[in-house]
Amino acid sequence: MLFLTSCLHTFGQYALFMKRVLTKPDRWRESAKRYVFEISKLGIDSIPLVIVISLFIGAVIAIQMQINFENPLLPTYTVGLATRDVLLLEFSSSILCLILAGKVGSNIASEIGTMRVTEQIDALEIMGVNSCNFIVLPKILALLTFIPVLTVFSMASGLIGGYLIAQFTDIITVANYIYGIQTMFVEWYVWYAIIKSLFFSVIITSVASFYGYYVKGGALDVGKASTNSVVASSILILLMDVLLTKLLLQ
Amino acid sequence: MIEVKNLVKSFEDKTVLYGIDATFLDGKTNLIIGQSGSGKTVLMKNLIGLVTPDSGKILYDGRDLITMSASQKKSLRTEIGMLFQGSALFDNETVLGNVMFPLKMFSDMTPAEMRDRADFCLERVNLKGAHHKYPAEISGGMQKRVAIARAIALNPKYLFCDEPNSGLDPQTSILIDELLWDITHEYNITTIINTHDMNSVLGIGENIVFISKGKVDWVGTKDNIYHAESENLNDFVFATDLFRKVKKAALLLEKEQQRR
Repeated sequence: MLFLTSCLHTFGQYALFMKRVLTKPDRWRESAKRYVFEISKLGIDSIPLVIVISLFIGAVIAIQMQINFENPLLPTYTVGLATRDVLLLEFSSSILCLILAGKVGSNIASEIGTMRVTEQIDALEIMGVNSCNFIVLPKILALLTFIPVLTVFSMASGLIGGYLIAQFTDIITVANYIYGIQTMFVEWYVWYAIIKSLFFSVIITSVASFYGYYVKGGALDVGKASTNSVVASSILILLMDVLLTKLLLQ
Repeated sequence: MIEVKNLVKSFEDKTVLYGIDATFLDGKTNLIIGQSGSGKTVLMKNLIGLVTPDSGKILYDGRDLITMSASQKKSLRTEIGMLFQGSALFDNETVLGNVMFPLKMFSDMTPAEMRDRADFCLERVNLKGAHHKYPAEISGGMQKRVAIARAIALNPKYLFCDEPNSGLDPQTSILIDELLWDITHEYNITTIINTHDMNSVLGIGENIVFISKGKVDWVGTKDNIYHAESENLNDFVFATDLFRKVKKAALLLEKEQQRR
């Protein structure tokens, strides 16, 4: 009962927080500047991580598919097909966003948490600036607009990872792999991944900002808020994943 | 002028402020002093609207902060400057960026005008050559001066300072006190300083409000503090041997002057 009350209280606080975030900015020009800055910090700075992780996971998926599809009745191009579908359906949206919840989410929570404990948020409030809107809205919009780019990068890198396995090992031929990734291609899967990632990006940025904004105490509490934000956003991403898969794929 | 009338504030079961009545004067350095846990920080947070009181009035030149609409509060906030204990400078902005920030948000100045105003404010606090440094690259005293420059950028009517001397060496503390004194008189600002520093109390306290256990215990100036009868105040201000000697010397000097 106490847990339920606590959850409802947190949800109510989050709703009020988002109400303050989703208002008209005090100065459009300043918010636009912060939006561009956040695209660079949250989006462009994440590209190397996304490429490296996707490249390796794509390679690993290709190897694992080959091990699991050793039945002579299954055509060898199935390895490419399965690698592609795993990447499109789950990895490049859900798993990628779970990774970003760790990287971007903890960064946001600790940045805003530090602003709170060093009174920078109070300074904004006293000046008459809506601190929620000024700090958080550019972050939400930046990741929301850049996440499709990261998702597409992840898909491409993952497929290249599988290709490299085909090229440099003898588990599958390159021709078979390329044939596999083109066979029975469903365009909707790409849109499905992008739509999911849009929802997840809002979860990552808003939940991390919420935890950072309400930090009380000192440096230790900033660390706790950062960890809690990653845990909470990961759970919410997984719940949303189930819901969106049911809605969009069935 | 800021008037506080019968201000009460509690946190859950614990009452922190018990009907505070105080007046903070225009063009004067108004000091709120008191022991740790006496409620002076809570009083200041109420004054600047970061905390809402349970009852009472906070009148800014007759305008009640508590009953103001959101837009009136927003407008009032542009008349307020605040110097935080830890300076609260924005880490990702340079010194110049910090001082220009309120101008960018609340003025209709052109970029050149903003730059001129920021240069003027930084010069006023005797800070030259640090325009393009980040807060982490400058000393604590310099950070305080940047924070003062930022606080006065919009020509505020009211300036709040939360322990402006904390963490500073005695010489820098005196410089900050002098700066606050000069700015207050130069621009006729209602300055309210929350402090523990007895040098500030005896040096710049034109209107001192002593809070003890959530109540106003004594009100006076730096000149009549030596004659205060409040036991709590005497225990607090003249707690050290040095300040007891200062009091003794001040009273002797006064007697000497009267005899002449």
